Amino acid sequence: MAQADTAFLDLSGVVLRYGQVVAVDGIDLAIRRGEFIALLGPSGCGKTTSLRMIAGFLTPSAGTIRLGERVLSAPGVFVPPEARQMSMIFQSYAIWPHMTVAENVAFGLRLRRMDRAEVERRTARVLQVVRLDALARRLPAELSGGQQQRVALARAIVIEPSVLLLDEPLSNLDASLREEMRHEIRRLHDEFGITSVYVTHDQTEAMATADRIVVMNAGRIEQADTPYALYNRPQTRFVAAFIGRTNLIDGQLEDGVFRAGPLAVPITAVPDGVSATAISVRPHGIRIEPAAGRREPLRWPARLLTRTFLGETWDYQAAIAGLAMPLRISRPSTDMFDIDGDVDLVVAPEAIVAVR
Amino acid sequence: MQRTDGRGTAGFAQRSLWLLLVALAVTMALLIAAPMLRLALTSVFTENGVSFEPWVEAFGRSRHLAALWRSIVLGVAAAALSCLAGVTMAWLVSRTDMPARGFVSMTVVATFVMPPYLGAVAWLLLGGPNAGWINKAWLALGGTSQLLNIYSFEGLIFLVALYLFPFHFVFAKAALDMVSSELEDAATILGASRALTTWRITLPMVLPAIIGGSIVVFLEAITLFGTPALIGIPAGFTVATTQLAQFFEFPPRLEAASAYSMALLALTVALLALQRAWLARRGYTSVSGKGGERRPTPLGPWRWVAFGFCVAIGTLAVFAPLVVLLQAAFSKAWSAGFSIANLTLDNFRYLIFEHRSALQSIWNTLLYSTITACLAVLAALVVAYANARRLAPGAGLLQTLCTLPFAIPGIVLAVAFYATFAPPPFSLYGTGTILVLAFLVRSLPIAVVQAAGSIRSLNPEMEDAARVLGAGRITVLARIVAPLLKTGMIGAWLLVFIGATRELSTAIFLTGPRTKVMSVLMLDLSEEGNFETLAALGCLLLAVACVVVLVGQRVAGRDFMLRRS
Repeated sequence: MAQADTAFLDLSGVVLRYGQVVAVDGIDLAIRRGEFIALLGPSGCGKTTSLRMIAGFLTPSAGTIRLGERVLSAPGVFVPPEARQMSMIFQSYAIWPHMTVAENVAFGLRLRRMDRAEVERRTARVLQVVRLDALARRLPAELSGGQQQRVALARAIVIEPSVLLLDEPLSNLDASLREEMRHEIRRLHDEFGITSVYVTHDQTEAMATADRIVVMNAGRIEQADTPYALYNRPQTRFVAAFIGRTNLIDGQLEDGVFRAGPLAVPITAVPDGVSATAISVRPHGIRIEPAAGRREPLRWPARLLTRTFLGETWDYQAAIAGLAMPLRISRPSTDMFDIDGDVDLVVAPEAIVAVR
Repeated sequence: MQRTDGRGTAGFAQRSLWLLLVALAVTMALLIAAPMLRLALTSVFTENGVSFEPWVEAFGRSRHLAALWRSIVLGVAAAALSCLAGVTMAWLVSRTDMPARGFVSMTVVATFVMPPYLGAVAWLLLGGPNAGWINKAWLALGGTSQLLNIYSFEGLIFLVALYLFPFHFVFAKAALDMVSSELEDAATILGASRALTTWRITLPMVLPAIIGGSIVVFLEAITLFGTPALIGIPAGFTVATTQLAQFFEFPPRLEAASAYSMALLALTVALLALQRAWLARRGYTSVSGKGGERRPTPLGPWRWVAFGFCVAIGTLAVFAPLVVLLQAAFSKAWSAGFSIANLTLDNFRYLIFEHRSALQSIWNTLLYSTITACLAVLAALVVAYANARRLAPGAGLLQTLCTLPFAIPGIVLAVAFYATFAPPPFSLYGTGTILVLAFLVRSLPIAVVQAAGSIRSLNPEMEDAARVLGAGRITVLARIVAPLLKTGMIGAWLLVFIGATRELSTAIFLTGPRTKVMSVLMLDLSEEGNFETLAALGCLLLAVACVVVLVGQRVAGRDFMLRRS
């Protein structure tokens, strides 16, 4: 297991500047062999730029990119994309329209000077894996969007690349196909174990496919964690708000107690480094109880402002006197309370996360 | 469908549209189908009844067959040469970091604007034996014999390719612009080098465009009349078009000419059919890339070599010819060279005040071209709109009919028009009408293609939105469709206008003494050997074309000449 613990693809201090504009601002990321990583963030956060630097289509302004023992990009060193043994799936699929499905898939194998029989055997096998064996002789113009996507997948994995890069591969598909292909991509990863880096702005996509999600914002990494940790233990305000819905309450952390207006909440897990400036409470981490007439650290008197029925849940907004923003609360459809009533909001300690 | 409101207006609009379409259909049938039918009939019906004598006369002599063969050689050679220059330049402009790419595009536009026969005239001055500028310079530099003689078959190939390469450029550039960098990146990341990627990915994807460009250049080359007449007649050889003209020399042999035309027509139709079949088999032209992001290929120090190559071609096609034309236009004798003593405005004075038909021909050219452009754009707009919105059954057929003349060589159209409209009941020979109608038929395909392209880019929902708000069909046309199509249609008008001002091969058999146009007059002047006056007239024509192009670029966008829809 020693292999799995050391970084296979390693980015350290990677920066990309376009003149005055800094697109990627010092990224450190260690990816293990066989790991599936998602780069997640809003548009313009630098995720695609980072991917293109890994691929070799962009040269970093500073920093080092390593693959195993080999330095791919460093000051004075640059391995061109065709020599990196990677493969990539593009947003537009980039299927060559003048080649049949089989020719598209065999292209990379032919470049490796494999003998004809071996090329055919591998092509046939991978087409079977992506369930395109019946369409091998078709031209791309005769394929649907989902089928073209499968060709792109087959073409990328057939060469058994060192790293598979995926640049928003599902953004051109409609919703139902997107879900199907999401599972397909994860299934192929599990079958071949190829180290993968997946760029997306869709958090569901990232959570469904990746072992680890790297949340990026404004050219920097906010947090890199498993989907579960990212959701339940966000470290920054950005991550808390970007992954799922949340209530952010501004305040100060002093001696293990977080103070915001009338609230004084004990915090057990304090984020490392810079001190916390807010707490994050998920809408379904808050219970509503009839007003008991007393204030406790995790029992906050409040008034219900609005209520919206969403089928599976009720969506409430509640105001706490002394706090600027109302809190959003999500309750099962059986938990019905009248609006304009006084209630207590009760929060479990593990539902409260202090963030930077 | 029940209409409870505005029924009267809708009915009126519908009825007038139908009437208009029926009138257009009849006109087009008369202008396109009838002459071609007449051509076929003329070649077999002689005064002595049905006979194959015209066919024997046309194809029974080795001289006539040799001319036909020479045309094919000319077409293939010119297409190959122009492909080399045009595709290379297109790639340099579209995909590399060559300096001054905008300037290179502009020289291609300038090459487009220069009528081929005018370029050929300039090259008579540049490359003529003995007195030609290049040979004189060569001798002055210590050469012992002539460097080149433009009066040769090789000279003809060179000239034809030189003025047709913009077709290759436009086709290839449009295709290259559609190949997104992602398609190339996909090959690179799999391990393909830059050269291999260009060879295996980029080139095959633009191959249909290159083939398309080659076919157009081939067809243009074999149907060109002016250049072969200027070069071939002094040099003593004919090609198919000049041979066809000889059938018209006294006594005119219309039947033989009709039969001979059939060979040219068959060649064109066969080639276009071949291209269609080939494209249908490889259905990928319809797969357009998204245009996508494109990153230029860095050429390193080669970028200046590439730029030099483009400038060299521009010099051969535009700059050097312009210099010698201007020099001749303002000279007492062009061969006397550049000197103050040789400067004069006499050529222009002679043209405008003394020449018996120059002023008339300038006026005729402008008048006929204006009328042609207006009629062509209007007809194209109605036909394309009716077809795109399925306003009437048969509109699709009508649009196809309007694009058919693309397959009719200009000189063949002239023969067919002569055979159809010269005799009674039309008796149009020597009138302006026959010229305008011939120009109209020649320019319909380009006008229709442009109009259809513009309308396709118009989302019908924009019209529906106006209809829902209560606008009738006519209001929608006037307030929504017309303003949105304005730019595209101005572009189409200018393209047709420029084409008509330089049209030679259709005009040559159809002009009478009072309906001479500039292109025909220039050919006459070259036969008289009056190159100074000819150059002056050429400069006037170029000045008009430049003004039109500049206006066009202002109104319809910088690249309106180079767009391909």
